[in-house]
Amino acid sequence: MVAKRIIPCLDIKDGRVVKGVNFLNLQDVSNPVKLADYYSRSGADELVFYDITASFEGRKLFTDILTAVASTIFIPLTVGGGINSLEDFERVLACGADKVSVNSGAIQNPDLIDQAARRYGDQCVVLSVDAKRVDGTYHVFLNGGRADTSMDALAWIKEGVDRGAGEVVVNSIDTDGVKGGFDLEMLREVQARVRVPVIASGGAGGVQDFVDLFREIPELSAGLAASIFHFGEVAIPDLKQVLREKGVCVRL
Amino acid sequence: MIAIVDYGVGNLFSLKSSLHAIGQETRVTRDLAELDRADHIILPGVGAFGDAVRKLRDTGMFQAVLDQAARGKPILGICLGMQLLFEKSFEYGEHRGLGLIQGEVRDIRTVIPGNLAVPHMGWNGLRFPADRARSPLFAGLEEGEHVYFVHSFAGVGCGAQCIAAAEYGAELTAAVQNGNVCGTQFHPEKSGETGLKILKNFCGWEGRA
Repeated sequence: MVAKRIIPCLDIKDGRVVKGVNFLNLQDVSNPVKLADYYSRSGADELVFYDITASFEGRKLFTDILTAVASTIFIPLTVGGGINSLEDFERVLACGADKVSVNSGAIQNPDLIDQAARRYGDQCVVLSVDAKRVDGTYHVFLNGGRADTSMDALAWIKEGVDRGAGEVVVNSIDTDGVKGGFDLEMLREVQARVRVPVIASGGAGGVQDFVDLFREIPELSAGLAASIFHFGEVAIPDLKQVLREKGVCVRL
Repeated sequence: MIAIVDYGVGNLFSLKSSLHAIGQETRVTRDLAELDRADHIILPGVGAFGDAVRKLRDTGMFQAVLDQAARGKPILGICLGMQLLFEKSFEYGEHRGLGLIQGEVRDIRTVIPGNLAVPHMGWNGLRFPADRARSPLFAGLEEGEHVYFVHSFAGVGCGAQCIAAAEYGAELTAAVQNGNVCGTQFHPEKSGETGLKILKNFCGWEGRA
């Protein structure tokens, strides 16, 4: 059986790892290259690097970090943040990224998904969606959860997959940073609509949340989290040990 | 020296880095003399089969790989590079492959049950055939060790040339070998320590089954 993936996410600004609570109040955590190495040794199945820099200098630092990580760590690396064109895909793939995650860039230009999937293959294109409940439906949000696009999140995810996204990251704004567990309700809705791997994001507060995630939605491919790993609240080897004891297939 | 066949597809950053990490010198090349000099040859590949075969032919690498294989040089195809070793593929049409491995490449949806995610993406355990000796490629590995897969097409019908399988609703071909020619559907360069071990095994192999 294919193992359930545990994926730490590193938000990077000006060359440092940061993680916000509900996307705000950024806190400095650690050196990204060191943190990536630590995660790889402790059994992370994949790493996500999210570039939240806006400046040119910050972007250069980000690609330098990516190159350093990809030269020494041999697990899959996904890169997101500021991906608006095929040139952006090229820039991060050339530095060792394996997959590229699109979010607002694909909302502004949905054809980006089709073009990237044609050029680099479906497996390379990850659709990342920040979704939040609005009047009984799920809306796609932008700018770290501050701007409501009014787009229906489930319809957008379906469209993105039809256009060629090979994987979907579903980040629930409602549960992100709250540490009360993943948004199982939202994830179930997404999982029922697509056949590509779905990655759950937003809400992990402890080991039990991952157990619940994979037991409640067995088709789900992976769980992604940031702060609980960065601050050492959950150690990946312990998490995987518990998952295995609970009958979830993981890579030890 | 390890020659990585350059036919204009794929991102070779990780492959080169991982080979450097195990102390190997690499050359990304389409130069026939250099392929000749290489101790081992790796055929990489991502993307679509038909496109890759066309590029292999356009660069003269189709025949070059066949020639090197005939001389007994150890060759490793990775992911699409493994699929290219097969006789033919049904990815968007029908395309002839290198024919170094028996069997063909088919849409994974025709092989696995309908409820499973496609691509087959993630870490899966290797199963080695119980009725045959372990391939030198997997020396020192435990049964069930996980390696990283990403693919939507799968090699089928390779019979005893299948040297490892992975379970994903069906037995998928994870690796193949025919004499000095072998291939992995998974990415050893993305499979952590296990992957590095496999690359090391390949680089230390003289090509005898």
